[in-house]
Amino acid sequence: MTSMTPLAAGEQHILIPAVYDIVWSAVCFLIILIAFWKLLLPKFRKVLDDRAEAIQGGIEKAEKIQAEADTALAEYQKQLADGRAEAARLRAEAQEEGAQIIAEMKQQATEESERIIAAAKVQIEAERQAAMVSLRSDVGGLATDLASRIVGESLTDDTRSASVVDRFIADLEASAPASAGAASKEV
Amino acid sequence: MSLLAAGGGDGFHAPGLEEFYPPSFLFVGTPFEINRMMLLRIAATIVLILIFWLGLRKARIVPTRFQSLIEMALDFVRRDIAYGMLGKKDGDRFFPLLAALFFGILFLNITKVIPFLNISSNANIGMPLVMALVVYVVMIGAGIKAQGGGAYIKSQLFPAGVPKPMYLLVTPIEFVSTFIARPVSLTLRLMFNMLVGHLLLVLCFAATQFFFVDMGGLMGGFGILTLLGGLFFMLFEAMVSILQAYVFALLTAAYIQLSVSQDH
Repeated sequence: MTSMTPLAAGEQHILIPAVYDIVWSAVCFLIILIAFWKLLLPKFRKVLDDRAEAIQGGIEKAEKIQAEADTALAEYQKQLADGRAEAARLRAEAQEEGAQIIAEMKQQATEESERIIAAAKVQIEAERQAAMVSLRSDVGGLATDLASRIVGESLTDDTRSASVVDRFIADLEASAPASAGAASKEV
Repeated sequence: MSLLAAGGGDGFHAPGLEEFYPPSFLFVGTPFEINRMMLLRIAATIVLILIFWLGLRKARIVPTRFQSLIEMALDFVRRDIAYGMLGKKDGDRFFPLLAALFFGILFLNITKVIPFLNISSNANIGMPLVMALVVYVVMIGAGIKAQGGGAYIKSQLFPAGVPKPMYLLVTPIEFVSTFIARPVSLTLRLMFNMLVGHLLLVLCFAATQFFFVDMGGLMGGFGILTLLGGLFFMLFEAMVSILQAYVFALLTAAYIQLSVSQDH
């Protein structure tokens, strides 16, 4: 026992590998190495790549959607602004038009009233002329008529004279619609 | 035969190196002999591949909780070790090797702190040696591929900016440190971490057993201390298991980086 070095265990020196030790070490390590190299790590890399791709895809998709949303928002805001401007324009137009219409109406009304006033003046003037003509021709006849009747009756008798005047006026009233000529014919 | 046999009384089972070489029970006498250590090694390999296969088999863009965990672990190796040391392009090239090293070592180490398994098959020199040799070949191969054979040897052994006569001193040092010390240190660091960690745990729990059962009485109080010590070291060894896997993979990446870069 004393002849053994401290690093020997029976026949086996711990620094000198047994053949079976080397064989099984090589077999096991080869299996582990090939398993990682050809089987496990390709799967690991693939899933990492897939994940990176999925994340990248997701980011791109999100960016696309964001861009679309931005475009839509800009479009919407533009439409809104256009709409507002259009509304303002229409309102202004309507106001202008309304003002114009009111002015036109006023103008028309003024013209119409002036026209009516002028026509009325003309008519009144014509009627006045007609009345003047008619009065001029009638007054002479009437005066003559009245005078002759008064002369024909006795002017001393008040009652008679009054009845003559009354009768004359009644005649006048009865022949009022008739012409001056008819009144004179009645005499 | 036992490292610590001197301290052992009748009832004290001192941990010994024989534990790392249990008797074979299958294919005895062939190069495919299987003992408990080989069985652990094969089982850990199968569990490793199974876990990652289950995690990535139906890998989805939106991961399940388990898939996330697996991805996080792989991403740690890729980002912190591969990309961190080698950059994106070379990092991707050597990612399979680095992942196989990191998770292979981690799963083979971690059996050390799993109850009823209790030992790491990386305490047998075979696995650390095979891995270190693979790293050695890849390191030199990557250097030759990146720079050409002559330029690679020159960049490794005749660092630029050193006065000519100094090469007499520098070149042998560089040769030993690059082409001998690197694989040896990779191998031994991992192996002895696993070996000593196991011995430490066995020592703690064997002492606890000794104090509780064989001594009893007041001496049982020491058993509580050793038991707590054992539990503490169990957590510590779990950390070491992860750390050693990380160190191995990180150094591999560093060696490859030193090989492929022009200015050493």
